[in-house]
Amino acid sequence: MSLDKITDPLHIHHWLGDMEADYIYTLGIAGERFFKEIKENGKIMGAKCPRCNVVYVPPRMYCEKCFAKLGGWVDVGTKGVVHTFTVATVDVDGKKLPKPEIYALINFEGACGGLIHKIGETTPEKVKIGMKVEAVFKPSFERKASINDIKHFKPIE
Amino acid sequence: MSEKIKHYQGEALESADIKEGRVPTEKWRPKVKFAWSAGIAIGKFLEELKKGKIIASTCSKCGRIMVPPRIYCENCFKPTDGWKYAKDTGTINTYSVSYLAADASRLKEPIIVAIIDLDGASEGMGIIHRLGEVEKDEVKFGMKVKAVWKPREERVGAITDIKYFKPIKEETP
Amino acid sequence: MFGKKRVAVVGAGLTLFRRRMKETGKELSYEASKMALDAAGLELKDMQSVVMGTAPDAFDGVHMKGEYLADGAGAYRKPYTRVFVGGGTGVFTPLAGWWHVASGQFDSCLVVAEEKMSSCYPHPQYAFTTIFDPILERPIGMNLIWIFAIEMHRYMHKHGIKKEDIARVSVKNKGNALDHPCSQLGAKITVEDVLNSEIMAWPVQRLDVSPTSDGAGALVLVSEDVAKEITDDPVWIDGVGWCIDSTLWTNRDLYYPDYVECAARMAYKMAGVKNPPKEIDVAEPYDPFDYKELHHMEGLLLCKKGEAPKLTAEGVTQRDGDLPINPSGGLLGVGNPIAAAGLMKVCEIFWQLRGEAGKRQIPGDPRTGLAQAWGDLMQYGSVIVMRR
Repeated sequence: MSLDKITDPLHIHHWLGDMEADYIYTLGIAGERFFKEIKENGKIMGAKCPRCNVVYVPPRMYCEKCFAKLGGWVDVGTKGVVHTFTVATVDVDGKKLPKPEIYALINFEGACGGLIHKIGETTPEKVKIGMKVEAVFKPSFERKASINDIKHFKPIE
Repeated sequence: MSEKIKHYQGEALESADIKEGRVPTEKWRPKVKFAWSAGIAIGKFLEELKKGKIIASTCSKCGRIMVPPRIYCENCFKPTDGWKYAKDTGTINTYSVSYLAADASRLKEPIIVAIIDLDGASEGMGIIHRLGEVEKDEVKFGMKVKAVWKPREERVGAITDIKYFKPIKEETP
Repeated sequence: MFGKKRVAVVGAGLTLFRRRMKETGKELSYEASKMALDAAGLELKDMQSVVMGTAPDAFDGVHMKGEYLADGAGAYRKPYTRVFVGGGTGVFTPLAGWWHVASGQFDSCLVVAEEKMSSCYPHPQYAFTTIFDPILERPIGMNLIWIFAIEMHRYMHKHGIKKEDIARVSVKNKGNALDHPCSQLGAKITVEDVLNSEIMAWPVQRLDVSPTSDGAGALVLVSEDVAKEITDDPVWIDGVGWCIDSTLWTNRDLYYPDYVECAARMAYKMAGVKNPPKEIDVAEPYDPFDYKELHHMEGLLLCKKGEAPKLTAEGVTQRDGDLPINPSGGLLGVGNPIAAAGLMKVCEIFWQLRGEAGKRQIPGDPRTGLAQAWGDLMQYGSVIVMRR
C-alpha cells in the first residue's frame, strides 16, 4: 500500500491524544521587580551593566555579555520608538481576526532591546518604523503585574 | 562544596505563595493535539486486537518472537520477516499495586498493574496491562493470567480492547 | 589516554535545591554558572564553549528550552550545545563537555545543568506521562511511579530482598544530606519511618522517593595546559561511558541494568580501572528511589548482583565505610531537579577528591571517584570517573 500520497494524519491508522499540562510561571527575581514597577508605579525600568555600559530592557539579573550581576536599575520612561512592526490578520489558532492587530518591537532611549507590544489608537497604514509611541496603562486597580498591564502603545507627536 | 563558599543562591517559595497570589505569576495551558501514526507494525497489532487476537513479529536470524511487534529487530537491525499469533495468556513477570492515578492524584481503590510475559512469544516478551478480578494480596510473581476482552462490538483496535488480565484458576485435581 | 588532551575540572557551582524557586530557569543557570566561574577564578570571556544539560521542555514549560536558557548559561555568542537524556543528563552533560575539550577543539568549556520543575501543574509527575508510548501504554493510565514500582518489585523478587534492606538507603542518604548546604530534604529518619510512610504504588512508599525540585549546577572544564596555569589542584576526568537500551522495557528483565554496566565498562576501560570495588574510593550512583542506589551499585560492578543490600546493612557504604556511596545525600536527600541532580553528584566527587566537602568529607585521601546518572524510560546510563 502506498503511503506517499497521504497528507492528512487522520487518513492512516492513528491514535488521537494530547499532551495536557498546565503551567504557572514565576516571573523571576528581575522579572518580579520589573512588573511590580509597572503595576504599582506605571514605570518601565531597565538594568544597567556598568562594565559594558549598556541598559537592558527588559531588565535582567545578569549581563549576558560579561556575566556581571546587575544591580543598578534605571527608569527608561514610558515613551519609545517603533523599531519594527507587523500587522496580524489571523489569531494564534489561525482564525481570521475581526480587525487587523498591529504588533511592534519598541525601543527605549538609551536602552538596548525593547518590548514587544500592541500599537493601538491608530490604523496599520499610519504606522511607520521610527514612529514615536507612548505606553497606555490600564487603570492601576486592573493591573496584575503582567505585560498586559500596558494596554498598548499609542502614537505621539 | 566547599567550605570556601559561604552563600548558596536560591529564593525558595511555598505553595501558598502561588495559590494566594503573594507572588505574581503567569498561567498558560498549551493547546497541543496529536494524531500519532500507529505505524506498520503497531497498526497491524491494533487491527488484530480488534479481532480479539495478539500478534507478534518474528526475526528468524535471532530466533525471536516479539510482542509488541516491530518491523525491525533491534538486536540485529534486520527487518522482521514474519508474523505469528501469540496467546492471550501469560505469566506475571512483575507488578505493582498503585494508589496513584496518571495525574498523581490519590486513588481509594488501588490499580494493579503488571508486566505479563505472553505465552507463544519469546521468553521475557511482556506487555504492560492492568490486572482485574483479583485481590491485591492474591497476586504472585509467576502467576498465570488470561486476557479479559471487551465484547466484539465494543472493540475499536486499541490496547484497551483487552479490559484487563485475570488469574487462571488452577483446576483442582 | 583517550582523546587528544587530558581534561580537568577546576570549578564547580550549585544553587539551593527546593520544591519551587522564584528564579526563572535563566536566573538559576546564571547563579550556578557564576559560582563555578568564581570558584575557578575565571571570567565568562575565558570560556570558549558552553554545554547545557536540561531535561524535558515539558517541565519548565518553554519549548526549545536549551535555547531559552542559553544566555543564563553564558552562551551569548558562543559555540553552544544542549544535551538531554532524561535523568542521565546530569552526568552526560560533563561528558559532552569533555568531548569539547578532549577533542582539542576547545581549551575550555562551561558545563551547566538546570531544571525548573515547579512550573508544571498540577504536579510535574503529570508531564512525565508523555514519556510512555501513546498507543500501547498511556491508555492504561500510566503514572511514572508505576514503572519504578515494577522494577523495584522485580529486583526484590529476584534476590529475595525485603523492604527493610532497601529502606536503609533512604535513612543513610537523607541523613547524609543534613550536611549538604543545598539540600531540600535532609532529615534524620528511621527504617520504621520508611516502612510506615504512605504507599504510593506498592512496593514504593513516600520515603522511598526523591522529591521534585528546582535547581542548577555548573562545572568549569579546561584542558591540561590551561589547568596547569590556573590551579594546583585540578581534578581529571579519566573515564567516560554512556549507553542506551531500547524503550521496549516490557521485553527486558528489569532486575539488572545492563545498560549501566555497559556505560561503566566503557568508563573503567578508559580510566584503566580493573577492580572497581578496590580502586573506586567514593561513588555517587543515581538514587531517585532508594532501591536504585542498590540496583546501580550492582550495575556499576561495585559489588556482585544481589549483594548491595548486604553491604548497606553492614555499613560499608557509610561515609566512614570501605566504599562510601552517596556521601552527598544523593537525590533522596539533596533533591531531584532532573538534569541538575546528576551534576550535583559530579560536583560532590569534585569536592570530595579535593578535600573540600566540609562535614561530608570522607576520611582517608580519596583519589578516584565515580558519578553515575540514569534516565529516560529505564534505559540510559552515563558514568564519569574522576581522579586527583
